[in-house]
Amino acid sequence: MALALPALRRPSVIPGFGLTLGFTILYLSLVVLIPLSGVVWRTADLGWAEFLRLATDERTLAALKVSFGCAFAAAALNVVFGALVAWVLVRYRFPGRPLLDAAVDLPFALPTAVAGIALTALYAPDGWIGGPLAALGLKIAWTPLGIVVALVFVGLPFVVRTVQPVMEEIEREIEEASATLGASRARTVFRVLAPSLSPALLTGFALAFARGVGEYGSVIFIAGNLPYRSEIAPLLIVIRLEEFNYAAATAIAAVMLAISFAMLLAINSLQAWSRRRYGHG
Amino acid sequence: MALTRSLRPLAFALALGAAPAMAQTTLLNVSYDPTRELYAEVNPAFAAFWKDKTGEEVEIRMSHGGSGKQARSVIDGLPADVVSLAISVDIDAIAEKTGKIPADWRSRLPDASSPYTSTIVFLVRKGNPKEIADWDDLAREDVAVITPNPKTSGGARWNYLAAWIWAQKEFAGDAAKIEAYVGALYRNVPVLDTGARGSTLTFTQRGIGDVLLAWENEAYLSLDELGEDAFEIVVPSISILAEPPVALVPANAEANGTTRTAQAYLDFLYSETGQKLAARHHYRPAKPELADPEHMRLFPDVERVRVEDVFGSWSEAQATHFSDGGVFDRLYRPGN
Amino acid sequence: MVDIARTLFFPGLPAAGASRDCTSETPGVRAGLIAASLLFLALFLLAPLAAVFAQALSAGFGAWAAALVEPDALSAIRLTLLVAVIAVPLNCVFGLAAAWAAAKHEFRGKAFLISLIDLPFSVSPVIAGLIYVLLFGAGSAIGPWLSAHGVQVLFAVPGIVLATVFVTVPFVARELIPLMQAQGTTEEEAALSLGASGWRTFLRVTLPNVKWGLLYGVLLCNARAMGEFGAVSVVSGHIRGMTNTMPLHVEILYNEYNFQAAFAVASLLALLALVTLVLKTALEARLGGGAPGRVR
Repeated sequence: MALALPALRRPSVIPGFGLTLGFTILYLSLVVLIPLSGVVWRTADLGWAEFLRLATDERTLAALKVSFGCAFAAAALNVVFGALVAWVLVRYRFPGRPLLDAAVDLPFALPTAVAGIALTALYAPDGWIGGPLAALGLKIAWTPLGIVVALVFVGLPFVVRTVQPVMEEIEREIEEASATLGASRARTVFRVLAPSLSPALLTGFALAFARGVGEYGSVIFIAGNLPYRSEIAPLLIVIRLEEFNYAAATAIAAVMLAISFAMLLAINSLQAWSRRRYGHG
Repeated sequence: MALTRSLRPLAFALALGAAPAMAQTTLLNVSYDPTRELYAEVNPAFAAFWKDKTGEEVEIRMSHGGSGKQARSVIDGLPADVVSLAISVDIDAIAEKTGKIPADWRSRLPDASSPYTSTIVFLVRKGNPKEIADWDDLAREDVAVITPNPKTSGGARWNYLAAWIWAQKEFAGDAAKIEAYVGALYRNVPVLDTGARGSTLTFTQRGIGDVLLAWENEAYLSLDELGEDAFEIVVPSISILAEPPVALVPANAEANGTTRTAQAYLDFLYSETGQKLAARHHYRPAKPELADPEHMRLFPDVERVRVEDVFGSWSEAQATHFSDGGVFDRLYRPGN
Repeated sequence: MVDIARTLFFPGLPAAGASRDCTSETPGVRAGLIAASLLFLALFLLAPLAAVFAQALSAGFGAWAAALVEPDALSAIRLTLLVAVIAVPLNCVFGLAAAWAAAKHEFRGKAFLISLIDLPFSVSPVIAGLIYVLLFGAGSAIGPWLSAHGVQVLFAVPGIVLATVFVTVPFVARELIPLMQAQGTTEEEAALSLGASGWRTFLRVTLPNVKWGLLYGVLLCNARAMGEFGAVSVVSGHIRGMTNTMPLHVEILYNEYNFQAAFAVASLLALLALVTLVLKTALEARLGGGAPGRVR
C-alpha cells in the first residue's frame, strides 16, 4: 500500500493510504468522471464546426446570457445583503439572533422545488409580496426578476457563511486604532475593514454565482421560461433533450461545464491566495 | 431476461416497500399532458373490467408530460407497455429510433389508432374583454396568446397547424401572408411552456395572456376545475382535426409479459365504456353512437380540417415546420 | 476531543456580547442595520417557508393529512427514503475514505483531487441528469446492451440513485477533509506506536474525533439527497407511484391544479429542512460556533 507509491507521497506511518486513495479515485471515476466524460466524448463527436454552430446558436447564447446575467445580479445582491446579514449576526446581540443565524442555512436544507413553488406563490401578482408590488407596477414572478429572486434565495448562505468566520476574526484593535486616529466609523468600516473582507466577499460571490448559473429547480417555477428573455441555460438543455436534440443539449452542457471548471479553478485559487495573504479563506 | 426477472421485482419491492404489488400485472401507459383526468377514470374502469373477464388483477401506471418529451423517454428506455401521445409523429419517432413499435402501428387499431379525437379552441377570460372571435384576432397587437412550445408539445403543434390552416384558407395560399400572420401570432406569445398543461396553468393560474390556444378537452377541463365564472370558450370558424393516437409497444410488453393485457387495454378504449369516458372528458369519441348524448351535445360544431389535406402528411408537416431550422424556428423570435 | 477541534479550528472566537463603544455603530445605525437584515431575511427566507405551510394547511389539517397518505404520495415518500438510504451511506463511506487519504497523507496532486471532489457542486443538476442519459440512453454504447439484458437504469430506481449520488458526492468529504487536516496525525501515530492496527486506530481514534463533523456532513448530504429535483427530474420518467420522488411529486401535483396537495407534500420536505436546521444548529453548538468545515 504505502510502499506502492513511494515517489508520489511523503512517507508517513499512517496506514491505509493506497486503499483509501484507490477507493476514492475509483469511486470518483465511476460516479463523476466517467459520466462527465460522456459529455466531452459526445461533444468531440460533434466536430468543432458543428459544436461552434450549436454553442453560438442565438437562443443558446440568449439562455446563457440570462443564466449568467441573473446569477451575476443575484450574487451581487447577495454580497451586499449577505455582508449586512453577516455583520449583524457577528456584531450585534439581539433577541432572536440565534434563530436568524440558523435560518440563513434554510436554502441549503430546503429542496429547490419547494423553494420554487413557495417563491412563486409569494411573488405572483396575487401573492403576499407580489400583490403589493404588482399594484406598484412591478412584476416579479415570470420575469427575469423572478429568476434573480430565486437565485438570491439559493445563493444567500454561500456569502453569509463565507464572510461570517472572517468577520469573527477581525481584531478589534485595528478598529480601535483607526477610531483613535480620528477616522469616522463609516471610514473605518469601508477603508479599514472592507479591504480585509474583500477576499471572503469575492469567494462568497463566486460560490453564489457558480451555484446560480446551474440552478434549475427553484427557477423553472418562477421564471416565465420565455425563450430569449427568461429561459435559463439548464432549462434549454432540458428542452433540447425533449426535442430529441441531444447534440444541442450536449453542446450547451459542454459550454456550461467548461465555465463551471473555470469558476471552480478561480474559487480555489482565490481561496489559496487569500489564505496566503490574510491567513484565512 | 433472467436478470430482469430477478432485478425488477427486487427494485420494485424496495421502491414500494410493503405494497403487495407483484401478484398482479402492471401496465405502464406513457401519455401526454391533458389526458391525466381521462386515464384516471379509464384505468380503474379497465381494471374492474379485466378482473371480471379474466380474474386477473391489473394495475395501470401513468407517466404524463409533453408528448415529445414522453416519446424521448420511451426512446431512452422508459418501459412503456402502451403509449398514448398527442401526435402520430411522436409514436413514429419511437418506431423509427428503437424498432420497439412496428412501422405500420397506425393500421393495427381502428380509426387510425385514435380512439378519440379533439380540436383546438380558444379559452378567453370571462366576458371576452379583448373580443376575440376568430384566428385573425390572435395576430392583433393588443392580444397576448398563450400556447406551448411546438418543439416539445404535441398540442402546440396542433395549435400551430390549426392557425396555419385558417391562414391558408383566409389568404388563399399566399405563402408570404400566411407566414406573416403566423409570425405575428407567435410574436404575441409571452410564455412558451414545454407542455400543454404548463400553458394552461400559465393562463389560468398566473393570469398571463388574453387567450389560450387549447385542446378542446383541456379548455372544458379548465371550466370544470376552475369555474365557469372565470373563463369562457370561443370556437373559431375553422380548426383542425386533432387525432391523438394510441399504440402498443410490443417489444416492451413482450418483455414485461403484458402483451395480452395491454392489447385489451387499448381495445377497451374503443369499447362502450371507453368511449363514454372519453366523451365525458370532452374528447370526441371515435364512435359517437356509443357515448352518452348528454356529453355529445356539449361539443360545438366546428369545421375540422385534417392535417393530411393541407400539409400532405404529418411527417411532411413535421419536417417543414418543426425540424431544427424549420419554418417555426424562422418565425419565432420573441424579444427581438 | 471536540475541544481540540475547537481550538485548532476556531482560534479567536469572540466572546458573546463583545460589541461596544468606538468599535461599533451608533444605536440608530445598529437598529437600522438589524431592521434591514431582518426585512431581507423575512422577504427572502422566512416568507417562502411560511407560504409553504400556509398553503399546505389552507384547506385544513384533514386535507393536509389526506394529501400525505394518498398512495402516490406514500410511494413518493418511500422512494425518496430509499434513494437517501442508498446514496447517503455510499457518500459517507466515500467521504471517510477520501478524507483519510487527503487529510492524513501528503501526496502530489492532492489539490487536484480535492477539486475533483468539489466538481459536482459546480455542475448544474440538469447536467448531472444529462450525463446519465448520455451514458445509459438509447444512443449510448451500454444503454441498448443493458436494456437487451433487461436491466433498467434510466427511468428506474438505479438511475435516480446514481443522479442523487452524483450531486451529493462532496458533502461528507468536504466536511471531513478540513476537520481531519486540522486534527493532524499525532493521535493516530501515538495509537499506532502503541501497537494498534490501522483499522483499530481509525475506529477508536479518528472516528470519535470526527464524529460530529461526520454527522454534520451526513445531515447536509441527506437534505440534498431527499430534496434533489433537477438531476432526478431528467432521469426519472415521472411514473406516478413508481419513479416519482417527493420533489417530483410536488411538481406533478402542482401541474394537476392540485395546489393544496402540492404544498402539503412540500411542507413535509420543508419540515425535513427545519429538522435538519435544528440538528445542524445543535451540532454546531457541540463543535463550538460556526460551521465546522468549509461552507457549502
